[in-house]
Amino acid sequence: MRDVAVIGTGMTKWGELWEKSMRTIFVETALLALKDAGVDRIDSMYVGSMSSGLFVGQEHIASLLADYLGQTPVPSTRVETACASGGLAFRLGFMEVASGMSDVVLVSGIEKMTDVNGYEATYALGTAADQEYEGYHGITFPGLYALIAMAHMEKYGTTREQLAMVAVKNHRNGAKNPLAQFPFETTIEAVLNSVMVADPLRILDCSPITDGAAAVILCPVEMARKMGKPIVKVIGTGHATDSIALSSRKDVTWLEATYQAGKAAYEMAGKKPEDIDVLEVHDCFTIAEICVMEALGIVEKGQAGKAVEEGLTAMEGKIPINTSGGLKSKGHPVGATGVAQIIEIMKQLCGESGERQVKDAKVGMTQNMGGSGGSAVVHIFEKE
Amino acid sequence: MPTPSRYWREIPQRYRFETNQCAKCGLKFFPPRLICPECKNQELEEAKIEEKGKLLTYTIIRVPPHQYVDQAPYAVGIAELDDGVKLTGQIVDCDFDDLKIGMRLKLEFRKVFQEGESGILCYGYKFVPDEL
Repeated sequence: MRDVAVIGTGMTKWGELWEKSMRTIFVETALLALKDAGVDRIDSMYVGSMSSGLFVGQEHIASLLADYLGQTPVPSTRVETACASGGLAFRLGFMEVASGMSDVVLVSGIEKMTDVNGYEATYALGTAADQEYEGYHGITFPGLYALIAMAHMEKYGTTREQLAMVAVKNHRNGAKNPLAQFPFETTIEAVLNSVMVADPLRILDCSPITDGAAAVILCPVEMARKMGKPIVKVIGTGHATDSIALSSRKDVTWLEATYQAGKAAYEMAGKKPEDIDVLEVHDCFTIAEICVMEALGIVEKGQAGKAVEEGLTAMEGKIPINTSGGLKSKGHPVGATGVAQIIEIMKQLCGESGERQVKDAKVGMTQNMGGSGGSAVVHIFEKE
Repeated sequence: MPTPSRYWREIPQRYRFETNQCAKCGLKFFPPRLICPECKNQELEEAKIEEKGKLLTYTIIRVPPHQYVDQAPYAVGIAELDDGVKLTGQIVDCDFDDLKIGMRLKLEFRKVFQEGESGILCYGYKFVPDEL
């Protein structure tokens, strides 16, 4: 396998982008990545998208987007694993470059979520759960994570305030991210007084509905060196599955797919949790960040709430998590999220994060998951 | 949104709690499967799920999907039945304040939701408190 580097990134402001179509959002973002990488051709491209069919009534988007990017006839592949689509698109792009099949690959993620109303968006997202045995009974996505939260609080004594602290921390980081959908701070009181969605989760525990895209360019490390690029290597990748029905799992508080994907990535990279300097995780709901910290071995089982309270994962903590603002503040265009996480880590490792910069960050990690944890993709990066 | 055939084919498990189990390791599934996820054995035997169990976790849905708008707020939980089978369903005939992890439940056959004004009436199981 060849060593692979990320040599360019592209992302535009996320939010409710009424004036822009899916294809426009994608092309603007991809052009930024091509320009940043300084390449004038690509050999292949991947697009992570959870549900362009339900959100904009458009399938077959791999070719559509290749066309509007002016890149036909290059091969273009759409990747879907619910909210982990972007992370998995990156893994496939990495494998294509590592294998020697291609030299320059564009990996992107996109979701245009506001062309449908709230009910339709809730339905589209709900299709990431088991439609016959979860959706049928009226469960929603906040509802599934609420089931996890209720069990975690009962089993480990995690408190309602600790969940709120995840949102407060991520909004504090996101307030410094000009591309974030909701770049403002919040307070524990505001979270605890926000509208209840699915007990115990309130609206400020939930990531928003977002339009947005993200794109990166991959190439072999040797090529990146010849181009005089700063070298950020992909040193670990992991991908794993679990039952998509929460009820089928042995322990609803434990994210086995994230654990397995993390284990594979740590082993490939030769790193341990304590080697990670900066980490982006899939905080689609506040409880998700808590469970991911445990599954990735950042803390022991049941200890994540306490660790957040003690500031372990704050910007100035031992292992800053979600310096971008996370899904919570930056926004969550589902297919794009996994790629945007990689862009944040890339910027951190290159020392380009401005006010959000983590000092001396050399090794970074991303964790992206689909549904209530039925898919997970983990990557580890190192700056040379 | 179930079409008639999609709805009809789930009736044995939803109405009558029919399922299957691994003939080798004895693991019972719900819904039925074609291969045991534990021992990978494909020899299966018919089974029924126990109709009593306990509540593992729950939530109260305040912002529902559109076909549930008339029902909200409503409680949904995961129950572990006495044979180890776990499943998701609504918890009814119980005040929200009385919901408690570990409480005894039993399965009952109920109307689950209605698909619009002229669509299918969708039936299945719901959990109700089981007075011991």
